[in-house]
Amino acid sequence: MADATADLAAEPTGRLTTADGRPLKTALARAQARARRRAFLLVLPLLLFILVTFIVPIGQMLHRSIHNDGFSANMPLLSQWFARTEPGTAPDEAAYAALAADLQAAAKAKTVGVVGTRVNYEMPGTRSLFTSTGRKARGFEPPYREAILQADPKWADPTLWGTMRQVSQAYSPNFFLAAVDLARDNEGNIVQAPPERRVYLMLFQRTFLIAGLITVLCLLLGFPVAHLLATLPLRASNLLMILVLLPFWTSLLVRTTSWIVLLQGQGVVNNTLVATGLITDQNRMQMIYNQTGTIIAMTHILLPFMILPLYSVMRPIPPTYVRAARSLGASSWTAFRRVYLPQTLPGIGAGALLVFILGVGYYITPALVGGASGQLISNLIAFHMQDSLNWSLAAALAAVLLGLVLILYWLYDRLVGIDNLKLG
Amino acid sequence: MALPVYASPLERLWYYTYRVICALIFLFLIAPILIVIPLSFNIEPYFTFTEKMLALDPTGYSLRWYDTLLTFGMANPEAPRTTAWWVDVWNNAAWVRAAKNSVIIGVSSTLVATVLGTVAALGLSRPEMPFRRAIMAVLISPMIVPIIITATGLFFFYSSTGLAGSYPGIILAHATLGIPFVIITVTATLIGFDRSLTRAAASLGASPTTTFFKVTMPLILPGVISGALFAFVTSFDEVVVVLFVAAHDQQTIPRQMWNGIREQISPAILSVATILVIVSVALLATVEILRRRSERLRGVTG
Repeated sequence: MADATADLAAEPTGRLTTADGRPLKTALARAQARARRRAFLLVLPLLLFILVTFIVPIGQMLHRSIHNDGFSANMPLLSQWFARTEPGTAPDEAAYAALAADLQAAAKAKTVGVVGTRVNYEMPGTRSLFTSTGRKARGFEPPYREAILQADPKWADPTLWGTMRQVSQAYSPNFFLAAVDLARDNEGNIVQAPPERRVYLMLFQRTFLIAGLITVLCLLLGFPVAHLLATLPLRASNLLMILVLLPFWTSLLVRTTSWIVLLQGQGVVNNTLVATGLITDQNRMQMIYNQTGTIIAMTHILLPFMILPLYSVMRPIPPTYVRAARSLGASSWTAFRRVYLPQTLPGIGAGALLVFILGVGYYITPALVGGASGQLISNLIAFHMQDSLNWSLAAALAAVLLGLVLILYWLYDRLVGIDNLKLG
Repeated sequence: MALPVYASPLERLWYYTYRVICALIFLFLIAPILIVIPLSFNIEPYFTFTEKMLALDPTGYSLRWYDTLLTFGMANPEAPRTTAWWVDVWNNAAWVRAAKNSVIIGVSSTLVATVLGTVAALGLSRPEMPFRRAIMAVLISPMIVPIIITATGLFFFYSSTGLAGSYPGIILAHATLGIPFVIITVTATLIGFDRSLTRAAASLGASPTTTFFKVTMPLILPGVISGALFAFVTSFDEVVVVLFVAAHDQQTIPRQMWNGIREQISPAILSVATILVIVSVALLATVEILRRRSERLRGVTG
């Protein structure tokens, strides 16, 4: 070895060089850089693809959660008046003049509804005020204060002016505050939202509780099965594995439909129970379109995600360890608890985290079998996107959920490693 | 795990109880999938076994719900079943059109996901890859991020770029959702890949392209096909993104099922479900065969 390096170091300076005279260190660094670049270039197309079809859309959603120009873009003069004056300033004639001019312009452009909707998000019941005054806006003449107050005396409400001041800025934290049941009062202080609007924290809590419960159920059901699969001879376990993988490959909607068929009032389970006399015809169990339905169906759907990581950790555990513990006098329970269980912990961690992460974001199953009490936070995001059309609030709720999921994902990567994710 | 000879009676009892518990859990896993198959042949519009069905009376069973799949949405379902009738089915029947859409979207998005995903997996499995872990985390994230968030983001993005309601929009979105599966399966295949094979090919004068197609590709093909099947199933089963970004007339099978379950659930849904279960059995069998072949190719045992 020493001779070989001596041969390489033919240069009089004593440095190691390659055949063409470059220092070995630079040549190696260059070759490595080229290899790194090549590897990166292979990944680059996909990275750009994901950037455009996934990261940018989510970035746009995050932007939407703090930005809503429904008011500021359509009421420019009034927004300028708010920008000029101190918070808490009582509206003067100039403000009413700006309001009248903006309403006239908005009525012409048919955007009064947009403005009213934006204010309505913060202060329910104000949309009709805007639309009705907008219809009368064409006839307004100075002095505007009297004209507008005559059209509707509600315009004198200081809370309304405080709210309009808040929404006159396109960028506002209000949607994020609303997503965690907070609001800003007239002076701009952060306060708790009124009790009838405090639903989101409760829903986040419910989502996490249900996802946690499903994780525990999956662990309880998945552990024995994974253990059986891991200890059976390979031929038998491969055969039984099909029973785990088939649900995994079956359409989510099919599995949800099956649960509706099984669990509904006139469904298979209730009919069987009535036929065997366990319950009477009047006391059929309500197992679907509520939380119970969501939990049963989601446990079934997520169970393979628990069994597969558990199995891949359990399979390589040598059965001799437990036998050795038994031969040293441990009872079978002690051998399981002190010797076997600790070795399966990585699998338990991987499976539980994966099931929890997937459970927290579930949408389809709760929407179809959840009824009112089984709705999760995803369903509320969909409600705000499709029905109430409060897209900024939907985006803010989605951003909070995304943040929580990403923390869990980071934890998963730290504890388990993304590379260890296996499918079947 | 045979019962050891030194087991106490209590342990013997537990051994059998444990097997029964496992059997019940397997039943829980598989029964809901199998139950829809007999029910889809129910002659009555109910979701439960009628007495005739339980008595295995042939008059309790029928193919009427499968027939509905063909006739629903047709221009003239009562016409005699000639070639013209079948043309009508092919062009107008709601489920057939949904199936066509699903296949077009599924195949296109699978192609995009598989090509991009396989190339990226080749790069990711090289030891020199910089920022490997971070990039991998980004590429897997479409699988982890709740689908409703992805759909919301795509809704905003597509409405600002004009992709909303178009086929390319849905195909790109589904490709994104399928990519994590391709990456996971192909990198798993590449873990056992013997790198000296590509070096041997290069030393014998093969260009990198020849090496890839003649040496690397045949070895990783089982993994690539499994990944492609995963991506296809992901697209074939996806409903939330379609609900958010597709146009009103762009029906797919899952969307049609979703509407069916939400509005009026009829046993026709069960016949679709049965067909889908058969499809998934076929896919699972293919993947199993490929996995064994791949293990044999790579010399993995046990």
